[in-house]
Amino acid sequence: MKPFEYTKPKTVREALSSATRHSHYIAGGTNLVDLMKKEIDEPDKLLDITNTLPDQIEVKDNGVVIGAMVRNTAIAVNKIILESWPLLSKAILKGASPQIRNMASAGGNLLQRTRCPYFYDLTLPCNKRKNGSGCGALKGNNRMGAIIGYSDACVAVHPSDMCVALAALDAKVNIQKADGSEETMNFLDFHRLPGTNPEKDNNLPENALITSIFVPKNNFSKHFEYLKLRDRESYAFALVSVAAALDMDGNQISEARLASGGVAHKPWRWTKAEDFLKGKQATAENFAEAARIAAEDTAPLSTNAFKVPLLKGAIETALHTCLTNKA
Amino acid sequence: MSMSRRFFLKSSSALAALSFIPNSVKAFYQDVKEKFFVKKQMIPIQLEINKKQYSLTVDSRATLLDVLREELNLTGSKKGCDHGQCGACTVHINGEQALSCLTLAAMAQGKAITTIEGLADGDNLHPMQEAFIENDGFQCGYCTSGQIMSAVACVNEGHTGSVEEIKEYMSGNLCRCGAYNGITEAIQQVAK
Ligand SMILES: Cc1cc2nc3c(=O)[nH]c(=O)nc-3n(C[C@H](O)[C@H](O)[C@H](O)COP(=O)(O)OP(=O)(O)OC[C@H]3O[C@@H](n4cnc5c(N)ncnc54)[C@H](O)[C@@H]3O)c2cc1C
Ligand code: FES
Ligand code: FES
Repeated sequence: MKPFEYTKPKTVREALSSATRHSHYIAGGTNLVDLMKKEIDEPDKLLDITNTLPDQIEVKDNGVVIGAMVRNTAIAVNKIILESWPLLSKAILKGASPQIRNMASAGGNLLQRTRCPYFYDLTLPCNKRKNGSGCGALKGNNRMGAIIGYSDACVAVHPSDMCVALAALDAKVNIQKADGSEETMNFLDFHRLPGTNPEKDNNLPENALITSIFVPKNNFSKHFEYLKLRDRESYAFALVSVAAALDMDGNQISEARLASGGVAHKPWRWTKAEDFLKGKQATAENFAEAARIAAEDTAPLSTNAFKVPLLKGAIETALHTCLTNKA
Repeated sequence: MSMSRRFFLKSSSALAALSFIPNSVKAFYQDVKEKFFVKKQMIPIQLEINKKQYSLTVDSRATLLDVLREELNLTGSKKGCDHGQCGACTVHINGEQALSCLTLAAMAQGKAITTIEGLADGDNLHPMQEAFIENDGFQCGYCTSGQIMSAVACVNEGHTGSVEEIKEYMSGNLCRCGAYNGITEAIQQVAK
């Protein structure tokens, strides 16, 4: 690990004004410390924000505000979250291990880097790590890679589970920029597609802080599912995951949400399939058609064609589970 | 050091003399200086481990695991992967299980840390330690201290409703010897 200076700013203002081009904020450290050990990330200053940012979950009339420092476990076991946003809790509990969830912060989860093997191996080309070096995964080992939204420059996927639920639930990200001004971003605009500059995972301005995440009220707390398919039963990143949520009026779907992890550079929303389901009866045929519509837009890489049938099956199964899931 | 001091003097007087150098070049020089001349930082810290206070000075880069093992001779916590993937380094921080290999020692200040050495009460083993012995919860023993720390948390947090639930909540601790059945049985025994 390269040497760095460690400081612990007391206020958001102090944190923002101490940040430089070569500094990093550190929250739970579960991703950053690992990347620093591997010398993939080499900040020369760490700003410890664990006492700087809010770590409360606050209920408002129109939704809930989750402070950026709330630990992943604390969100997942929160009574209000379990009652009104159980999909979020379920997705979090499918991620990482109890130890890591106890340490990981809400803000850090959004900013975790990809798990593409080329990103992690300094001897291999990776445009996300070093733009211009090439994408080794494009024609190499891309089994874990994207099936939609990728470019020739990068086929990496975003590894988060929590973010898939936040994408499905139309969350918003509250940020404070280096100049002190505040901004709210739609969750779907927060992460980005790789295009020609995959070194940027998201649209967070340089040195800005995520201060909190807002999740609006919804009618999805009765019919939801987070289905994560992976190489082992637990403690592994998703090959494909599906967050599904239905707002039901009898057997008729008034609104549907479908999002996936493990398929793209950002948590992916299947909006065409959602539109198809709206107003339809909750039948096996309609669920299968929704899965077909979603999969229609995918284009697998050389070694991950298996992800397409996996995705279709996962969408269908998750939709069926929505009907029986009890919060 | 003399080399870098000379380099610094030479380059900074050169910079002063050549004040017509464009800002972009100066910014580049600043970047180079920041990147290559960061010295290692030693930080005085206080840690509370197994109810004992320790004052020591650590490199900012030191992880809690390295400080426990190398500085304090608390070698019960093991280094398996050093990357958060195996759970061998699991300790309790403020009563919750955490990975000491991904925790910077400087960030563990002001928190109550419990390691495997802090579980027993004098010569009396913790019930979970007894249960691991009784149920063959280990073979080589390398993963065991981490397993026991997670097992204690698993019972404390009430995730012992079924074998599946125990396995899910113990999934952050890998065992190369495959002592999983014994581990699960030990947890079930303590949970009763
Ligand atoms: C072995 C292993 C398995 C895992 N498995 C999964 C999994 O299955 N599913 C899953 O979803 N995740 C998984 N994770 C990832 C884990 O969820 C993330 O590492 C964690 O959420 C990151 O949060 P943190 O607080 O520790 O971030 P840190 O490591 O502290 O920070 C990560 C990045 O975010 C920046 N940052 C942090 N907070 C803020 C803020 N408020 N504002 C601005 N910048 C900020 C930091 O500067 C840094 O660049 C796994 C991790 C490990 C090590
Ligand atoms: S040594 Fe910490 S998780 Fe493996
Ligand atoms: S007992 Fe040998 S690794 Fe678990």
